Amino acid sequence: MKTGLRRTSLYIPGNNPSMLQNASVYGADCIILDLEDAITVTEKDSARILVRNALRSIRYGTTEVTVRVNALSTHFGQEDFMEIIPMKPDAVRLPKCEAPEDVVQADQLITEIERKNGIEIGSVKIIPMIESALGGINLLDIVRSSRRITGVNYGAEDYTADIGAVRTKEGRELDDIRAKIVVAARIAGVHALDSVFADVNDSDGLFDEAYAARRLGFDGKSVIHPRQIPVVHRAFTPSQKEISFARRVVHAIEEAKQKKSGVIALNGKMIDAPVVTKARKIIALAEAAGYRDEGVLS
Amino acid sequence: MTLDKNVRVIPDTLPGIKNVRSFQAGATSSLAEMPRTPKRCGKIVSTVREALHRAGIRDGMTLSFHHHLRNGDLVVNMVLDIVAEMGIRDITLAPSALFPVHEALLRHVKNGVIRTIQGSVNGPVGQAASHGEFVAPVVLRSHGGRVRAIQTGDLHVDIAILAAPSADQMGNVSGVIGPSACGSLGYAFTDAQYADTVIAITDNLLPYPVTPFSLLQTEVDWVVPVEKIGVPEKIVSGTLKITQDPMRLLIAEQVARVVEESGLLIDGFSMQAGAGGISLAASACIRESMKKRGVRGSFISGGITGQSVDMLKEGLFRTLLDVQSFDLEAVASLACNPNHVEMSASFYANTAAKGCVVDMLDVAVLGATQVDTDFNVNVNTESDGVLLHGIGGHMDTAAGAKITVIVTPLFRGRMPMVVDQVITRTTPGNTVDVVVTERGIAVNPGRKDLLDNLRGKGLPLMDIHDLKKMAENMTGVPSMPPFGERIIGIVEYRDGSIIDVIRQRV
Repeated sequence: MKTGLRRTSLYIPGNNPSMLQNASVYGADCIILDLEDAITVTEKDSARILVRNALRSIRYGTTEVTVRVNALSTHFGQEDFMEIIPMKPDAVRLPKCEAPEDVVQADQLITEIERKNGIEIGSVKIIPMIESALGGINLLDIVRSSRRITGVNYGAEDYTADIGAVRTKEGRELDDIRAKIVVAARIAGVHALDSVFADVNDSDGLFDEAYAARRLGFDGKSVIHPRQIPVVHRAFTPSQKEISFARRVVHAIEEAKQKKSGVIALNGKMIDAPVVTKARKIIALAEAAGYRDEGVLS
Repeated sequence: MTLDKNVRVIPDTLPGIKNVRSFQAGATSSLAEMPRTPKRCGKIVSTVREALHRAGIRDGMTLSFHHHLRNGDLVVNMVLDIVAEMGIRDITLAPSALFPVHEALLRHVKNGVIRTIQGSVNGPVGQAASHGEFVAPVVLRSHGGRVRAIQTGDLHVDIAILAAPSADQMGNVSGVIGPSACGSLGYAFTDAQYADTVIAITDNLLPYPVTPFSLLQTEVDWVVPVEKIGVPEKIVSGTLKITQDPMRLLIAEQVARVVEESGLLIDGFSMQAGAGGISLAASACIRESMKKRGVRGSFISGGITGQSVDMLKEGLFRTLLDVQSFDLEAVASLACNPNHVEMSASFYANTAAKGCVVDMLDVAVLGATQVDTDFNVNVNTESDGVLLHGIGGHMDTAAGAKITVIVTPLFRGRMPMVVDQVITRTTPGNTVDVVVTERGIAVNPGRKDLLDNLRGKGLPLMDIHDLKKMAENMTGVPSMPPFGERIIGIVEYRDGSIIDVIRQRV
């Protein structure tokens, strides 16, 4: 993680040189260079080469760079790892995780490649993706299976197809997995990342979904088009009220530290660790948004 | 002897009258001294050949054309085919612009019918120029510069050919009706006024008088009805769609932000933006900003699109000043909305006129094929050094507008667009204020006032040298294309001075 935020993760098809070149200009916190579902079988090798070269030569600045590799259970997974890991992406997105072993296997392979290439062990992080009923059931074990994991994501289409749910715009069929993702992520201390909103022309629908995701506890959402980025960022921007409360919390903490006071209180109420964590997160989100006056959670 | 009651005693001298001549009813001798042919009720001739013959066409003459029929134009090729058939050679072509459809002219360049071009060369004809196919260098002028050159005699037009979407027998011409309707005929006005002979070619001859008329019977010598002057679907497009390309949209949004923070987005605001992808999207973003802020602008000028028409209807602008109508909505609006006004190229952009529209512009949003670190802009030659584009109103609007914004991606393909030195200098850096790319915005250091307005507003402001370095970090430093010694093109600034020359590609 570079900015520490993952409000938006922008999918970029790995076989499109121009999009790879410009992936970071749209302001997403994170980009996902995709070798998996966006790439047809016949394009797998060329996309892999392109993404490898993009990682080698393009400066993505403060944007977190992740690569969605193919699952190790496929023909392409192993080779994706061999080409991509030496280029030191910030993380790999590991699709179709169904059991802790899927992550462990990837972790071991990454360790091996890091060692071979003189890369500090543990540099490349893992973000598992849950895309099946089995993955959903094993979720907590999966997110606790590796120290490399810094976030967890799910694939709405694959997941609903697997559980036999009907996909709707309202997305009630995802209530269960969304709740599970957030809870598991909190237990593991990693980011909870929401799936994509497919209708790129419906920015109101996107905003509502992203706003709901934030209220549920998600840290961000994947996006499939650059124009979705500002909408999701708006949804993930705290309100003025939240920001000023967070500021006061942090101020009280600093003050207490200076006074070496063990008990921290604000307006007569005790401040405990989770409140402080939340306050720091809100300030980070507010600063990333670059403005203070147009919060949405008033 | 009975005195005719109509006879009047007229003295030989009268105060204030230089040469006193007595009126004589029916006499032709006095009328013969009038400057133009008397009482011309019909100017129709049956063929273009006949009209050219009556115009006294001969070797070495200059023929002018206007480009409102764009890529649907059939007139330029038709006329030059006939000129060739007539055995005429060494013609200087003076079009306000050419399009890919005019590639057919190249055989007349090869066979000596066309000697050179003065005005604008584009596409395949430009390519041919770059490879040295013209006998004399082509002269490139802006829309305003072309008018100035014609008016001053720098460019003398022997025969002006008007592509007339509708005309009557006296030579009144309308651009808004007829199967080849193109809207404004703004670029043709000066040609009609200054050419020795003016021929209107039409595929829609209407009973006298045709209205609303733009080009006038007072200037037209001959009218030639033909079957077809244009291909409608290639003349004007349907509604021009705003680009979906996220990169272009990003640049467009940044332009709107610059305009918002410039201090100019207040009541009375005026602007010009082209019909290119980024420009059109930038207009759309500025439109939203105006709505949000409740700003009522004064005018949009230049090439007019359906989007400009919508902004007029929404009350965001009071007036459209139209030198060229880009789409069907613009044509329809020009025909019926009194606040949508046709303007001549002189009115629009002529620096030698007693006042032109570009000088009243707040903001001009313009494209570029290259910009250099001194803010000079190239719009003529591509990165390979080949002459591909005309100037249009680029240098005119840049010189006039309070803020000239150049929009360009930082690189196209593998070529950086911000460079040390442009291959061809079209628009001088001192008339360019801001360069907006997807990765950063550079403000001309000469515009400290603007820089002060834009600072601290969350815009990605950068020194243009840093922008250049950023591009080169991605693409490497391109080498200059290989040029020979021979000059194949001359870029004339709007005041008639020479701002650059273009050499032959080898």
